[in-house]
Amino acid sequence: MLGWELPPHNSGGLGVACLHLSKSLAKLGADIDFVVPYEAEHHFDYMNVLSAGHFDPEQIYRGSAYISAGIEKKRFKEGASEEMLSMRDIQKNYCEFVERYLMEFKPDLVHAHDWLTYEAGILAKKNFGIPLVAHVHATEFDRGGLDGGNPLIHQIEYEGLVWADKIIAVSQATKNIIVEKYGIPPEKIDVAYNGFDLPNVDDYHYDGSSYQYLEGLKKKGYTVVSTVGRFTLQKGLFHLMRAAARAIQIHPKMIFLFAGDGEQKDQLMRMSADLGISQNVIFTGFIRGKQLRDIYSISDIFVMSSVSEPFGLTALEAAHHGNALVITKQSGVGEVLQSIVRYDFWDEDKLAGALVNIAESPALTHTLQDGIRHEYTRISWDDVAAKCIQVYDEVSKHKRNRF
Amino acid sequence: MKSIVLYLHMHQPYRVKHYSIFSVGHDHDYWIDKDWYTGANNERVFKKVAEKSYRPMLERLEKLIKTTDKFKLSLSMTGVFLEQAEEWAPDVIESIQRLVETGRVEIVAETYNHSLSFFVDRDEFEEEVKLHQKKIRELFNYETKVFRNTELAYNNDLAHWANDYGFKGIIAEGWDKILENRTPNKVYRPDGCDRIKLLMKNYRLSDDIAFRFSNKNWSEWPLTVDKYLRWLDAAGARGPIINLFMDFETFGENVWKDTGIFDFFDDLVRRWNDRDDCGFMTVSEACDSSDGAGTVSMPWTVTWADTERDLSAWLGNSMQHEALKAIYDLKDDVLASKDEELIMDWRRLLTSDHLYYMCTKHLNDGGVHHYFSPYDSPFDAFLYFMNAVRDVRGRAEEYKNPKDKNSKEAKQIAE
Repeated sequence: MLGWELPPHNSGGLGVACLHLSKSLAKLGADIDFVVPYEAEHHFDYMNVLSAGHFDPEQIYRGSAYISAGIEKKRFKEGASEEMLSMRDIQKNYCEFVERYLMEFKPDLVHAHDWLTYEAGILAKKNFGIPLVAHVHATEFDRGGLDGGNPLIHQIEYEGLVWADKIIAVSQATKNIIVEKYGIPPEKIDVAYNGFDLPNVDDYHYDGSSYQYLEGLKKKGYTVVSTVGRFTLQKGLFHLMRAAARAIQIHPKMIFLFAGDGEQKDQLMRMSADLGISQNVIFTGFIRGKQLRDIYSISDIFVMSSVSEPFGLTALEAAHHGNALVITKQSGVGEVLQSIVRYDFWDEDKLAGALVNIAESPALTHTLQDGIRHEYTRISWDDVAAKCIQVYDEVSKHKRNRF
Repeated sequence: MKSIVLYLHMHQPYRVKHYSIFSVGHDHDYWIDKDWYTGANNERVFKKVAEKSYRPMLERLEKLIKTTDKFKLSLSMTGVFLEQAEEWAPDVIESIQRLVETGRVEIVAETYNHSLSFFVDRDEFEEEVKLHQKKIRELFNYETKVFRNTELAYNNDLAHWANDYGFKGIIAEGWDKILENRTPNKVYRPDGCDRIKLLMKNYRLSDDIAFRFSNKNWSEWPLTVDKYLRWLDAAGARGPIINLFMDFETFGENVWKDTGIFDFFDDLVRRWNDRDDCGFMTVSEACDSSDGAGTVSMPWTVTWADTERDLSAWLGNSMQHEALKAIYDLKDDVLASKDEELIMDWRRLLTSDHLYYMCTKHLNDGGVHHYFSPYDSPFDAFLYFMNAVRDVRGRAEEYKNPKDKNSKEAKQIAE
């Protein structure tokens, strides 16, 4: 398994997905060596984690898995060395490690997650004849907007998808992008939605301590609307901000929580002031752990405003904490849920209308909340793993036929 | 003598267009969707169904009446159906007029708006029945004698109401739990009523045509006229009338022409007609044919919908209850305005289909749900409906407080 991050050294959903998938695969009998680019102590009894280099995990996850630009900028240090390295250097190092590994071990197949590891996957396929499964959690078209993105990443992504024996996409939306933008035949791609396993209830209690100000407002009848994620183009937050202003016009008792950080933060703050709603908008900055869970607990409505979202695990987290979900039609997670309000990312009127109606209608709120509770629990990582095993079997059969 | 009592129901709601919350206060048109291709475009839907079902089926009915000696049937048309037909397919009205003129077609009474008013507001309900009778008189010069309620929603109270109102008959679902071991193929009397008769739908034989005819997974598929005649004979052995009640749109819209449904119907009617001991009756004739084989009591409400045969497709979740309350709460203010357009718009929002589109049954079973809707989801249906309710409320409040510039809606107009 070729990955880039694992919790707690992760910046987002990629690490979470890799961890849960590996755990469920191990339950089904898979013997996994999981390669990460950094050096850290991971203790999992169900797989071996191998470090490809002596990097500090924090400097990698702080700015790597989701960036498109600046991958050749020298900003990382390996171990005690003084030399500055770029993302490309780390990837090169990762490939060299995988090559050394393959000279000693012969895995049945290589399962590579996203473009960061595709070069290593291609190497295994090309030089060692090992079947390659490419797992697409996001494409460069998602990260960079549908027409932009880094050409070098496009190139790597394309080669990885072409060399792969089989591709797993996290949603139909992602599969469509792979087919339309990269010209990959659809029959080569299987869709396996991300799973959601109930977190252990013992390790989290909402005590209302993190956001007492908000608790006070809620008592006064305010509705809390939240969104969680990186403030980048992909997330469509300008549309959300404008819709917030329109909704507040009709229903003033609304507070919008923008949880996260990113390149658009300053612009978003200015925008909220220009729209005259800065009193109703709160920026939390980058948060994780209990503070993040508390966001889900305190909010009534969770919005996923993404212009393009391959899956969107945060929506399931929010649903688990009892939020009503409003999700763009361009988000993959919406494909597996029914009890949600869907809108096109540009349709600010519909979004605003949905927020007002949910805020003003206890019945709509409860129907959405109750419905979603029956839906998200059905999506389990064990099912995702079973799907992967199916793909593995196909790929191995393919291999036998050929040789 | 065995008689088929065929009754077909015609209805199209005025669907609420994708009506934005930002239209509230200045756009009072909820029905005309500018986008021709949305499922909520009433004109497009009506014209499509007219082409696929109303015209070809009416033509066949007319021909059957002319070319057979016994065939007759009963029809009902909601007021909102008739309004749309007048606007977008006036030839459909003319066809029905010709049918009625033959004297072999009976028109059945119902609520003008296909509403659930009986269960919410008895005065409004009666008003809608009267409006419907008036419309039928105007268009067809016809006096209705038998009543059906929206979705065949029926209980003892309704039977008593219809009895006192003066109807000679009423129609209900022949649900086993009510009939127990009795056959639906006889005329009954509602418990405690002195004059009115009760006709109960033979749902097995009706649904064989309406729901199962085109289902290739059905063990009896394909349904031939020979086979169906055998079933009719078996039913006829248990009682003299066979009540086949279904949506008119079964023919051509719900079941497409290429399944052979039209030819099946045609052939069936002709062969039944040609038998000496077989005939047809309208619902009134059926009511007059017997003093009643016994009484039937339905303390709770039974409909012809779903396996539950109840109102849960319309009032199964809290959104539906909230929407129902929101619209009926406006009654006094709307009626007090005496603004005919406002009253008409309000009544169109009473149509039960709006609630049906908000149904969430089976939504999260993980299976495909079977509830046809012009909207992407039940939640969208609720959003657009409630936005329209907001606008109606604003219009009604303007009559109430003409100088109130501080109301939410007035503020929006000012912007």
